[in-house]
Amino acid sequence: MLNSTLKQLSVLLAQKKLSSVELTQSCLDRVARLDPGLNAFVTIDAERSLAQARAADASIASGKAQPLTGIPLAHKDIFCAAGWRTTCGSKMLANFVSPYDAHVVEQLNAAGAVILGKTNMDEFAMGSSSETCFWGPVKNPWDRGRVPGGSSGGSAVAVAARMAPAAIGTDTGGSIRQPAAFSGICGLKPTYGVVSRYGMIAFASSLDQGGPMAKSAEDLALMLNVMAGFDARDSTSLARPTEDYTRMLDAPTEADRAKPLAGLRIGVPKEYFGDGLGSDVAAAVEAALVQFEKLGAKRVAVNLPNSGLSVPAYYVIAPAEASSNLSRFDGVRYGYRAAEYSDLADMYAKSRAQGFGAEVKRRILIGTYVLSHGYYDAYYLKAQKIRRLIAQDFVEAFKRCDLIMGPTAPSVAFGLGSMSADPVQMYLNDIYTTAANLAGLPAMSIPCGFGEGSMPVGLHLAGNYFAEARMLQVAHQYQLATDWHLRQPAGVA
Amino acid sequence: MSLTLPEVKRVAWLARIEITDAEAAAAQGHLNGIFKLIEQMQSVDTEGVEPMAHGQDVVQRLREDRVTETDRHVIYQAIAPQVEDGLYLVPRVIE
Repeated sequence: MLNSTLKQLSVLLAQKKLSSVELTQSCLDRVARLDPGLNAFVTIDAERSLAQARAADASIASGKAQPLTGIPLAHKDIFCAAGWRTTCGSKMLANFVSPYDAHVVEQLNAAGAVILGKTNMDEFAMGSSSETCFWGPVKNPWDRGRVPGGSSGGSAVAVAARMAPAAIGTDTGGSIRQPAAFSGICGLKPTYGVVSRYGMIAFASSLDQGGPMAKSAEDLALMLNVMAGFDARDSTSLARPTEDYTRMLDAPTEADRAKPLAGLRIGVPKEYFGDGLGSDVAAAVEAALVQFEKLGAKRVAVNLPNSGLSVPAYYVIAPAEASSNLSRFDGVRYGYRAAEYSDLADMYAKSRAQGFGAEVKRRILIGTYVLSHGYYDAYYLKAQKIRRLIAQDFVEAFKRCDLIMGPTAPSVAFGLGSMSADPVQMYLNDIYTTAANLAGLPAMSIPCGFGEGSMPVGLHLAGNYFAEARMLQVAHQYQLATDWHLRQPAGVA
Repeated sequence: MSLTLPEVKRVAWLARIEITDAEAAAAQGHLNGIFKLIEQMQSVDTEGVEPMAHGQDVVQRLREDRVTETDRHVIYQAIAPQVEDGLYLVPRVIE
């Protein structure tokens, strides 16, 4: 059952071979046993979860089951869930019990899924290692001395350690894809606007997207079917005809079953394979590309000449938007308020100084500076222009290819504490992922092999706007021919 | 671009985050490192390039001017640090 797909679990539930209560309880038992050594979960509320599971069993019994009914899912602690403590990995919200559900949470609940628990994360989603969490660092189940990636590290570990069959996370600069890569699972960031941000605690509003994290492309598609869709409460939510993201999974692009990906043009940017990329990661990615060729795809060399500017532009835009979004945390209406202060200004200053961790404060300071009088043009506006150049590079590249592939991260998961001295060193981890957020393009990471220290390596796929179904098909066909996505870490049996 | 210590403190004040001298000195080093990263942006010519805020060519959606929200202040204020008679309490501002 540990490696069961969402579809397999759904069949077991429908055939009454398993109840949602049994499945949920078994996940809760695994959390109780494994999580003390991993720290993936912030909040477990067995009573709430089991109540949802009982309701799901009733639904199944009366023939009203949907694909996710009865399935326990781990939720990154950035999604507001009514009645659940929602901390965003921060002391600032350590005792915040959300009075409402995020849109995505409403959708999953309505589909009959069960909230297994709230997962640990870099504070306010600012990080690439899940080490800045107020609740302590998350450990990688493949090697507990290493990070699982971030900021959705808890969700990645919940799936990697088979504590939950799937999870939800958010991705602003790579925070679904990079932990998926480091933890050996699959993660997808949809096209900007496809998943509503209502109730997803805001980090950088023009970049944030919620998305699924699971063991296979097929599972990602089933989750995306429930998560995607228009929501009037998110002013950037896109109104589009409903899509079934599973519709292309099994369809070969041409009739030849032996070459299901015949006709697929895979763009490989030379900029992604320069200095700074670990040879172990490069080798695993190259092997994946060879496998795609065996399935009928063709490689096309493409150029993304401005890709080197993704990280600088991101580290202007994201902190700027964060400084605005986090100004709501002032100790007045919710969240942490300092115990002692002299006046209102002091209450703000102390509540924020005490409630926020060091990395969050750093980014707020950067953001405040680049938006301040005299610097807005040189920094924020300049970054938004570079953003346009980066997006244009992709538009050009997609004239000559269907998908762009490369590594998700320059290395495998690094050691806990190994990057704490220099924030910039940590930021450079985002080198392959930030461009998709800046351009608003859909992107995903799937396991493609192992590297240094027998740690998982992730393959990154980027598609044109709204190409999710095609990307999922390509990944699914790869997963029918390979088994990287079925590997699980030792010690989680 | 390099921040001086007074500039770090001024930015902290703008952000309404209290910062001690020691913290400002530590922050200064980290912030200047980040600015070195950001400076790479200046290497590219963006003359005539339109800033991009959004991947899709969309405009802000408007809605009908109708009341759609209900009064949920009791639920929202249940989690407030200090509340009285539907008002959030803060230190006196006006003498």
